[in-house]
Amino acid sequence: MLKVSKHRSLVGQLLLMTVAMFGFGFLLVPLYDVFCEVTGFGGRTNAVAAAVDEAPDLTREIRIEFLTTVNSYAQFEFVADVDSMTVHPGRMYAATFTAKNLAAGHKIAQAVPSIAPGSAAEYFTKIECFCFTSQEFMANEERTMPLQFIVSPELPDYVDTITLQYTFFDTAPVAANVEN
Amino acid sequence: MNTAAHDSHDHDDHGPVKGIRRWLFSTNHKDIGTMYLIFSLTMFFIGGLMAMVIRSELAIPGLQFVHPEFFNQMTTMHALIMVFGAVMPAFVGLANWMIPLMIGAPDMALPRMNNWSFWILPVAFSILLSTLLMPGGSPAGGWTMYPPLVLQTGNAFPFLIFSVHLMGLSSIMGAINIIVTVINMRAPDMSLLKMPMFVWTWLITAYLLIAVMPVLAGAVTMLLTDQFFGTSFFLAAGGGDPVMFQHIFWFFGHPEVYIMILPAFGVVSEIIPTFARKKLFGHDSMVYAASCIAFLSFIVWAHHMFTVGMPLTGQLFFMFATMLIAVPTGVKIFNWVATMWRGSMTFETPMLFSLAFVFLFTIGGFSGLMLAVAPADVQYHDTYFVVAHFHYVLVPGSVFAIMAGAYYWLPKWTGHMYNETLGKVHFWASAIFVNVTFFPMHFLGLAGMPRRIPDYSTQFADFNTIASIGAIGFGLSQLLFVWVLLTSRKGAKATDRVWEGSHGLEWTVPSPAPYHTFATPPKARIANEAFE
Repeated sequence: MLKVSKHRSLVGQLLLMTVAMFGFGFLLVPLYDVFCEVTGFGGRTNAVAAAVDEAPDLTREIRIEFLTTVNSYAQFEFVADVDSMTVHPGRMYAATFTAKNLAAGHKIAQAVPSIAPGSAAEYFTKIECFCFTSQEFMANEERTMPLQFIVSPELPDYVDTITLQYTFFDTAPVAANVEN
Repeated sequence: MNTAAHDSHDHDDHGPVKGIRRWLFSTNHKDIGTMYLIFSLTMFFIGGLMAMVIRSELAIPGLQFVHPEFFNQMTTMHALIMVFGAVMPAFVGLANWMIPLMIGAPDMALPRMNNWSFWILPVAFSILLSTLLMPGGSPAGGWTMYPPLVLQTGNAFPFLIFSVHLMGLSSIMGAINIIVTVINMRAPDMSLLKMPMFVWTWLITAYLLIAVMPVLAGAVTMLLTDQFFGTSFFLAAGGGDPVMFQHIFWFFGHPEVYIMILPAFGVVSEIIPTFARKKLFGHDSMVYAASCIAFLSFIVWAHHMFTVGMPLTGQLFFMFATMLIAVPTGVKIFNWVATMWRGSMTFETPMLFSLAFVFLFTIGGFSGLMLAVAPADVQYHDTYFVVAHFHYVLVPGSVFAIMAGAYYWLPKWTGHMYNETLGKVHFWASAIFVNVTFFPMHFLGLAGMPRRIPDYSTQFADFNTIASIGAIGFGLSQLLFVWVLLTSRKGAKATDRVWEGSHGLEWTVPSPAPYHTFATPPKARIANEAFE
């Protein structure tokens, strides 16, 4: 009554489609990253050190604001040593941040940066940043961490303030932190 | 039926085996359809009980009956059970019962897989419901499972993920079965464009299921590995991004809402022509409209997340793409109205539910358009306005269509007419209470009441009380439906055609439909001409 062979190729195609769409779900991950990095959407900045030539534009002044947040599961104190600074595009500047491990144990932390407005992200380049690698802290250790950055002279005219925000995370799994 | 062909199949023509084995090992599309429908009704009542807990707690301001943590578990579980346990299996059940009968096939193409895809469901939902008894309770982070919140679920977390995997597996197998049946097993003279609308909308839905259920499976797998295997897909500390989950989830989630509504369009497109005693107006344009909706559903997902931060161009794109969906949907609404235009209408229960569907679904569609306006959505986002919107499209939308379909085909399933008076009482009670429940939620949302909260400011008190009264009324009205079902064999014997204006192959077989039908492929055109 039922001709199984007639169904086999169609079922095969449909199964293939299922597997392909499962793969596509995972493909969205690198696609999303590429999309964000190319466009700067979401305020992403460079995640590795970049080399840039200095060509200061002394006619323009940009206000850089530093914001710090500590993830609710990270037992840290984390502050910017200066709240804000005024910079010229094309000149390199340095700032420092201080973090303290409040836990009685050894911790590995990671700072995750974000730029606002998002459209300024591609013009804000970090030459050196404590966020490039994870940071190890002994129990109760306090440490000052460096940031070097440069704002590109090609920054659009309408931007006069850039906010650089860091969130400080404990890299141990969330589950482990919840139980603590 | 052709007796000569029937005789030659005598050795095949046996009734069902007796007892539990009939149901456990069944490969018969009618048995499996029945099981899907009963399963879905059970889940509808379990999810409904959770809704009663939610509405009781919200009836007056303050915390009275349940702890906030349990309240959150109720909202999460209510949604998961209603979406994956009640609405989706109900449509799969209708598809199992009716698609082979409508296209003149003897059974589903892959009957043993059919058995498997059903029996996975009770397992999946036992796993999900068992979390209610666990220390820490069931998932409470919302059915959308957004990280990082969902990663704090506790013991229930892997059970949630595994049950979602199983539901996906069941849906995908069901979808493959339906596509193969529709493509390969139609009556020889039934071309694709001659197929009934219910079959068409299910064919499109099945493709949607195959396209997006694996994406959901992928997303929840990433949650699982983030939690237990040290990956950082969504953990910012490890370079991931929680917002990415929302993109992947809604890439599944938006087509999912059409998976829940397209078969409803199909059911209503069968019923309105029957009781208007006219052919469906614009059959082919309905097919193109449904395909259009299915295509557009893949490019509008970010309208669920306007407030997470998105560039202006993105907001504009998703806003306009979303509004575009109103065009094919409008085509369908106008076609239903045109079908009724100058028809000689009667108002039996299935028709009443279908008419309420057209009217009330349109209200849900309009509030959807309001939510699609990106700047306005910032105000509406995560308020009761959203709750009102999706309940309008899901309850008087999908659920009413399922009810309509159940009343419409019940005489074909049981061989007896159900109690029409009780059916009408059930309809009017449902239609009134559904509006009493959900209409005030529009006002609450516009006034700023956030969703997913167990307590609220006193300014929202009165509308919440009205909504709670409506909800309890709606819940009790559904007991009438069970009563109608239980007494459905007591009514008068149904004719083969059942309804005066019905068309299609399913009405050429006796009522109740014999255990095996269409062992020999029928002539669809001749069968339909007999009804003219």
